[in-house]
Amino acid sequence: MSQTTQPKLDLVVIGNGMAGLRTLEEVLEAAPERYNVTVFGAEPHVSYNRIMLSPVLAGDKAFEEIETHGRDWYEDNGITLYTGEAVVDIDRRRRMVISDTGREIGYDRLLLATGSTPFILPVPGHTLDGVISFRDIGDVHRMVEASEKGGKAVVIGGGLLGLEAAYGLHKRGMDVTIVHLMDTLMERQLDPTAADLLQYSLTQRGLSFRMGAKTAAILGDEAGRVTGLRFDDADDSEIDADIVVMAVGIRPNVELAKTAGLHCEKGIVVNDTMQTYDPRIYAVGECVEHRHSVYGLVAPLWDQASVCANHLAYRGHTQYEGSVTATQLKVTGIDVYSAGDFSDAEGTETLTFSDVRRGVYKRIVLRDDRIVGVVLYGDTRDGGWYFKLMREGADVSAFRDLLLFGQAYLPDAKPVDAEAA
Amino acid sequence: MNAVTTRTTCPYCGVGCGVNAVVDNDAVSVAGDTAHPSNLGSLCSKGTALADTVGLQGRLLHPVVDGRRASWGDALDEVAARFGAIIAEHGPDAVAFYVSGQLLTEDYYVANKLMKGYIGSANIDTNSRLCMSSAVAGHKRGFGEDVVPGCYEDLEVADLVVLVGSNTAWCHPVVYQRIVAAQENNPNKKRVVIDPRRTATAEGADLHLPIAPGTDVHLFNGLLAFLAENGFDSDLPGARDAVAEARQMGDLEDVAEACGVDADTLKAFFELFAQTERTVTVFSQGVNQSSAGTAKVNAILNCHLLTERIGKPGACPFSITGQPNAMGGREVGGLSSTLAAHMGFDAAERVQRFWDSPAIADKPGLKAVELFEAIEAGQVKAVWIMATNPLVSLPDADRAKRALEACEFVAVSDCMRHTDTVDRAHVLLPAAAWAEKSGTVTNSERIISRQRDFLPMPGEAKPDWWIVCEVARRMGFGTGFDFDSAAAIFREHAALTVFENNGERVLNLEGLADLSDAEYDTLEPLRWPVYSTEALRAAGAMPARTDSRRLFADGIYPTADGKAHLIAVTPRGPANALSDQWPLALNTGRVRDHWHTMTRTAKSARLSAHIPEPFVEIHPRDAERFGVIDGAIATVSTALGKAHVRTIVSDGQREGTLFVPMHWNDQFAAKARVGALANPAVCPISGEPEFKHTPAAIAPFEAAWHGFILASRPLRLNGEAGIDYWVKVPGERFYRYEIAGLHTPDDWAATARGWIGVGARSADWVEAHDEAAGRYRAAHFDAGHIEACVFIAPEPAALPDRSWLASLFTGEAVDESERAGLLAGRPAEASKDVGPQICSCFGVGRNTIQRAITEDGLDSVAAVGEALDAGTNCGSCKPEIAALIDAHAGE
Repeated sequence: MSQTTQPKLDLVVIGNGMAGLRTLEEVLEAAPERYNVTVFGAEPHVSYNRIMLSPVLAGDKAFEEIETHGRDWYEDNGITLYTGEAVVDIDRRRRMVISDTGREIGYDRLLLATGSTPFILPVPGHTLDGVISFRDIGDVHRMVEASEKGGKAVVIGGGLLGLEAAYGLHKRGMDVTIVHLMDTLMERQLDPTAADLLQYSLTQRGLSFRMGAKTAAILGDEAGRVTGLRFDDADDSEIDADIVVMAVGIRPNVELAKTAGLHCEKGIVVNDTMQTYDPRIYAVGECVEHRHSVYGLVAPLWDQASVCANHLAYRGHTQYEGSVTATQLKVTGIDVYSAGDFSDAEGTETLTFSDVRRGVYKRIVLRDDRIVGVVLYGDTRDGGWYFKLMREGADVSAFRDLLLFGQAYLPDAKPVDAEAA
Repeated sequence: MNAVTTRTTCPYCGVGCGVNAVVDNDAVSVAGDTAHPSNLGSLCSKGTALADTVGLQGRLLHPVVDGRRASWGDALDEVAARFGAIIAEHGPDAVAFYVSGQLLTEDYYVANKLMKGYIGSANIDTNSRLCMSSAVAGHKRGFGEDVVPGCYEDLEVADLVVLVGSNTAWCHPVVYQRIVAAQENNPNKKRVVIDPRRTATAEGADLHLPIAPGTDVHLFNGLLAFLAENGFDSDLPGARDAVAEARQMGDLEDVAEACGVDADTLKAFFELFAQTERTVTVFSQGVNQSSAGTAKVNAILNCHLLTERIGKPGACPFSITGQPNAMGGREVGGLSSTLAAHMGFDAAERVQRFWDSPAIADKPGLKAVELFEAIEAGQVKAVWIMATNPLVSLPDADRAKRALEACEFVAVSDCMRHTDTVDRAHVLLPAAAWAEKSGTVTNSERIISRQRDFLPMPGEAKPDWWIVCEVARRMGFGTGFDFDSAAAIFREHAALTVFENNGERVLNLEGLADLSDAEYDTLEPLRWPVYSTEALRAAGAMPARTDSRRLFADGIYPTADGKAHLIAVTPRGPANALSDQWPLALNTGRVRDHWHTMTRTAKSARLSAHIPEPFVEIHPRDAERFGVIDGAIATVSTALGKAHVRTIVSDGQREGTLFVPMHWNDQFAAKARVGALANPAVCPISGEPEFKHTPAAIAPFEAAWHGFILASRPLRLNGEAGIDYWVKVPGERFYRYEIAGLHTPDDWAATARGWIGVGARSADWVEAHDEAAGRYRAAHFDAGHIEACVFIAPEPAALPDRSWLASLFTGEAVDESERAGLLAGRPAEASKDVGPQICSCFGVGRNTIQRAITEDGLDSVAAVGEALDAGTNCGSCKPEIAALIDAHAGE
């Protein structure tokens, strides 16, 4: 093969997270001899599974259990790894990256997998000691440490991450209040019925809620420690807090790309082969904006990694056409699954199932007998199956009457296991 | 306590099977009585399920006056006083009794005696008028007396059994099984079925002649002419005229055309009949229920008289009655057209002398249809209805309803608290039911059997004879009704049959007229006439009997001239002809597992499972022509009324005709009382209504939705918002409601909760809704067990099978995996689904049988029976199993 006789090219990966490593794994598998690889990671750790941070916070898993790649993996694959070292500049003309230690490494291909940063509400007091985001293992350590003293935690944000953080802190013995701007939880993933069931279930477990509540300020003492929160309401009500966790969303990390003159909008803009405006530079993961969409979930990241690796390996074209996303809440004993668009849009038809005593609720939204959205609460066994049907655009008219009950009720159905997302 | 077995008699059809009822502590079970000559141990599906029907749910257990509970004394006084007052003011013909072939002979006797001998009117008629009166009239014209000359054994001995207007397989299953079994032992034996419908009886018959409705006289006149052509001759009175009239039919081709049948098949039947000495012609309601019913009966009798096939082994015309004691009723004279004990009104003086009564009816009274017309017209102002449900069973039943609503005084003796008729009574008298009653019945082969009580009378229920005697006493007729037991009444009845008989009447119970109470209690089944007690006693025990199996073998008949008479009968069509507006002939009849107006059979889940819904059967071409679809609901209408029933498209139904079963009524369906559709045209001789031919139309019932509810408790769906069609089907620990509506409710959840009565938001309620597809499903649980479930779909075919869901109503908690999939309407594993029930006796479902046929390669009814027990008890489902084998064998 001509591949083996070609000289190796230099591939530099900025970001030691899940998207970068997944792409790298696939490149190594497809074209093991093509690249000399260098990886920069700003965090001091080796790579871990970020989506499993919530179980670590909740004490359901230890950090060691969520590590994905040990240092020996990098060694075995001949990869040069720099951890705790951030790349601060890209010299596209010279095709060099420059790190915060001044290290310069040349590249033939560059992969940006810089991820995202939690969004911090710019309210007064947001820099106080005890205001924590929930993004990396460092944040988890800070929360665990804070929780050891007990006391009150306020989590701002009733989305997926906020609820997982709140649940983790509650399990670690804190008195937790969730503050959410909207009237229902996880409004982007759940319809009001499922959200109400979720809130009821979490309330039963001992969590408190302030719904439709806008934070006016985070309050602190003279030592700069958080003491509470004030709301932007008629009577300027306040609650006490020993820590405040901000989980109100993420921002793609685009500064480096911007500095390098790459076109960015919300994220680093890529085409269907995951190339930025500079064709030598690829980008994948949460830092990316593709067809105006930015993704914060793991499944699209796998899709992107696969396309990107394919291209880097010279394996011909596959195209990334965007992802249909599915969400699962990782709170023990509460099963929530959401995928697609579940709003009652014109031309859609809605199927619902509810079993109040078992705490089960399902909503499937169809358009032209094809699933476009699904919300499952309490029984998510068939989430993967619905998701598969949705992605395939399968016509469900033949078994529409049994759809809500799951694949076990379909004759000759091959079981589809639920995918983690 | 040890099990106690009581030998009694089945309360269903006129076959009159012996039943052993076993009470073991509180558990009742039944089995066929192997010592009973009529069934020799067999029972049909209905008889087998008798133990299911003895429960007290729905029973009338105390007297009611004007809607309020009353004492017996007050209720009886009220009946006596109201009847007395009306008689005093308007005369005896202003009152009437309407009684029933469900009464025991003793009940019947005292009711007849009270009306004809004490009130002095013959206004006592009976529901037997609706089924047997044409046979009675035909027998009288042909034989001089209402006598069935043969016995069931003749059906076995015969080389040809002709079944006319009789779905014997479903309506008299034990007799049918005796015929089929005999045929298996005698390969030369032939079975011919004459019926517009290809019924279960016609399955497996050697010939089926699907004649046009009402052409029986054409057919048998054709046969009579054919027989005369082929060497049969008779010098009996009327023979010449009858044959001459029959020849008017023309040749065989003409007869075939008149009857709408294939000429070759007709010829084959005629030749078979002519050649076969041992021929029995069985006839039933298909012959009797006609405006030419008596003519049809005589047309049949003529053929037997011409060929001298009466009173010989395997040769006779055989009327099989519909009711358990229609024969007993006929014997005591409980029809308005007879007086008593097979005597007519010419014997009034004699009967009055025997009764020593203050009055005597000297002319016939009103026959059933006339009677209700007279009630509506206000001529009859008080009526006492016993053990029957005329608002369901009469033709033009809505008119009967109006009549009762207008009637000054209505008393009803019944065992049920609510029937369509009971609900219109001023006074309700709680009667003892089958398991609690003691007396005698007579079956279709003249066998008198004891019906014996094996359960105590519940609440304040009393035997019908006691109720009648108490009213008679309160009307001042104490001396004639001073009976202290059924036995005492029976002795008087027997004595009347002997009284000045002098051999003029075949009905003669001489040998039973002085039975002791103990002898009456232990009386074995025996066939009348019974001439001498001495002979019986000499034989040691009661079963010994004179050979009364076959009558008229000597050619001597109870007529003035001592001879049988052929009757010249002129063929004519049904009373009301079809028209553009009413282009179809509506026929009514029974189904296999229900009886009459379902007051008893609907207590049995297994009986209700066979055919759960009222239906209309229609030929495929008619279905297409009128736009009705198999499985959907159709509206059948006549000039008199409408019914909403499920459509069954079948090529077994003759084109141009419809069939709707007679059983369903307002207690079990929103609108399915076919009596309300049937024309009240009657046979001018017998007064029997023409149930088998009413001009009708059919159209689709334009339902916006279809559904069903299963509920652990009965629901009140009458007039419930949104439900335009409902049928109640009792099940094992649940009630099933098939429902449909013309309009879709705005809020399914609220509507469904309303039906089931689940108000609380916190109730354990599971629901699945696909609004755009018109599908709604919900279930209500209480403490883990299922209380109710509702399934709604735009089409009947889109609803799941009911049997698996029904199996969850065990009273036990539903396990979580079943709960999760309950609204899917089926278990996650297909093999758990047994399908709709085919074999009622062993509870074997269609899917189970089908799987056994396809997977285990079973290819005969016997093999299926061997493997699954299905069809091995009563055998009533054998034709259906055979049909499944035909459809699926080799798959």
